[in-house]
Amino acid sequence: MKYMLLINSAPTGADTADACTFEDWQVYDKSVKEAGILVDGHSLADLTTATTVRVAPDGERTVATDGPFAETREVLGGYYVIDVPDLDVALDWAARCPGARGGGSVVVRPVADFEG
Amino acid sequence: MDGRAAVEAVFREEQGRLLASLVRRFGDLDLAEEVTADAIETALVRWPVDGIPPKPGAWLLTTARRKAVDRLRRDKAHAARLALLQVEVDRAAPAPAAEPGADLPDERLLLFFTCAHPALPSEDRIALTLRCLAGLSTPEVARALLVSTETMAKRIVRAKHKIRTARIPFRVPTPGELPGRLPGVLQVIYSIFTEGYAASSGPDLQRLDVAEEALRLARVLHRLLPAEREVAGLLALMLLVHARREARTGPDGDPVLLADQDRSRWDRTMIEEGRALVKPALTGGAPGRYAVQAAIAALHDEAADLTTTDWPQIVALYDVLLAIVPSPVVALNRAAAIAMRDGPRAGLALLDELAGEPRLRDYHPYHAARADLLARLGRRAEAATAYRRALELAGTEPERRHLRRELGSMEG
Repeated sequence: MKYMLLINSAPTGADTADACTFEDWQVYDKSVKEAGILVDGHSLADLTTATTVRVAPDGERTVATDGPFAETREVLGGYYVIDVPDLDVALDWAARCPGARGGGSVVVRPVADFEG
Repeated sequence: MDGRAAVEAVFREEQGRLLASLVRRFGDLDLAEEVTADAIETALVRWPVDGIPPKPGAWLLTTARRKAVDRLRRDKAHAARLALLQVEVDRAAPAPAAEPGADLPDERLLLFFTCAHPALPSEDRIALTLRCLAGLSTPEVARALLVSTETMAKRIVRAKHKIRTARIPFRVPTPGELPGRLPGVLQVIYSIFTEGYAASSGPDLQRLDVAEEALRLARVLHRLLPAEREVAGLLALMLLVHARREARTGPDGDPVLLADQDRSRWDRTMIEEGRALVKPALTGGAPGRYAVQAAIAALHDEAADLTTTDWPQIVALYDVLLAIVPSPVVALNRAAAIAMRDGPRAGLALLDELAGEPRLRDYHPYHAARADLLARLGRRAEAATAYRRALELAGTEPERRHLRRELGSMEG
């Protein structure tokens, strides 16, 4: 069963006293790989580099940057897709993720299965 | 007893066990529910003719399993998916043996934990527990929780969809996980109880059948987890409160305050059963919230009247409770106990300190308690103002009638 862990960074100004270090991420990333559950995963470049595309009913394309960047909301900073037996196991991996600490959060979404 | 009633009586007792056994075996709540219903229908036809079998539970399980296998033969893709799941389930939790005297092993614990899973919204946990473990139909669950059948049907479909799609497992937490997961199960049972005990809205103050479903669930859970002290504490608390049910409302359905209750109408048998559970619930390490609340309820139940109640001990227990559950509602109850121990002025001073709490601003018992203390101090105009505020906020008609009477005596 595949789950995506969507890692949201803490909004600026949140209490980041127990924020994690780069080493925490390395340790976590290594443990996900060594557990043999990793399907895919990336961290995303910062939000100032994001570009939004919308296509209107008449086919007209608008391209926008997602600014201004107040950073008072949670922002998707990266994701993992893991393959584990059930939601309890997925929630355990989410809880171990450094992104769940220091005011951040990890949203666990099952990947849709169109074969069942 | 006619055939159908006899069969339904057996079914009521066995339904939860049957469902739990089938869920564990097939890992699919919908399939388990369907074949449970099928097996019951078959029993309704066969038993009045053939007689009730010597092991009705085992008969129902065998019949339901055959029906499940039939269905899976017709739906190969579903079967393949379930078979894969089942390997994991069997590895995680080997089936327990039936205890002596029962003809089905009791696997209901896994249903308790799945129905109360933290990944489900709390209203869905209550609905699922009533349906899967109390054996209520969807319209009955809807009536119990005062929502329309249509709303409840949607809620149950949504909850089952999440269990299936997000694959919330059917399993009993490991001993290491239990301290994190058991409070959620207890919360569901206690919410069902309080919904029945003090209906949050509607024409009646108490809906005893709902409270009794909660008691039944707590008894089952206590039987399944006899060493868990908070389970004993919750069962004790509910027994010690439910023992006062006959005295809690007047002939017109209006609430009767503890001070005015006819204590001869309290259920002594239930009080004794509850008291016997308080001691083990409190013994062996720091007590939990339900054990402490049960101890407070026991002190009330043991007292002949309000003045001979052991208020110093009750205040001491509220101090312990406030340390476990630092909630303004507990602080409110503690203030009321201090008013009984040290007089209304001391209680009022504490209540006024709580005036800024957002959770108490719209909580009618806070304003009613304040009004009562003001009245006892002879500050009638302020008492009337507080009663008016409580009246604006009270949810049930009997509560409003009671508050109107109190308000009338302040203004008269």
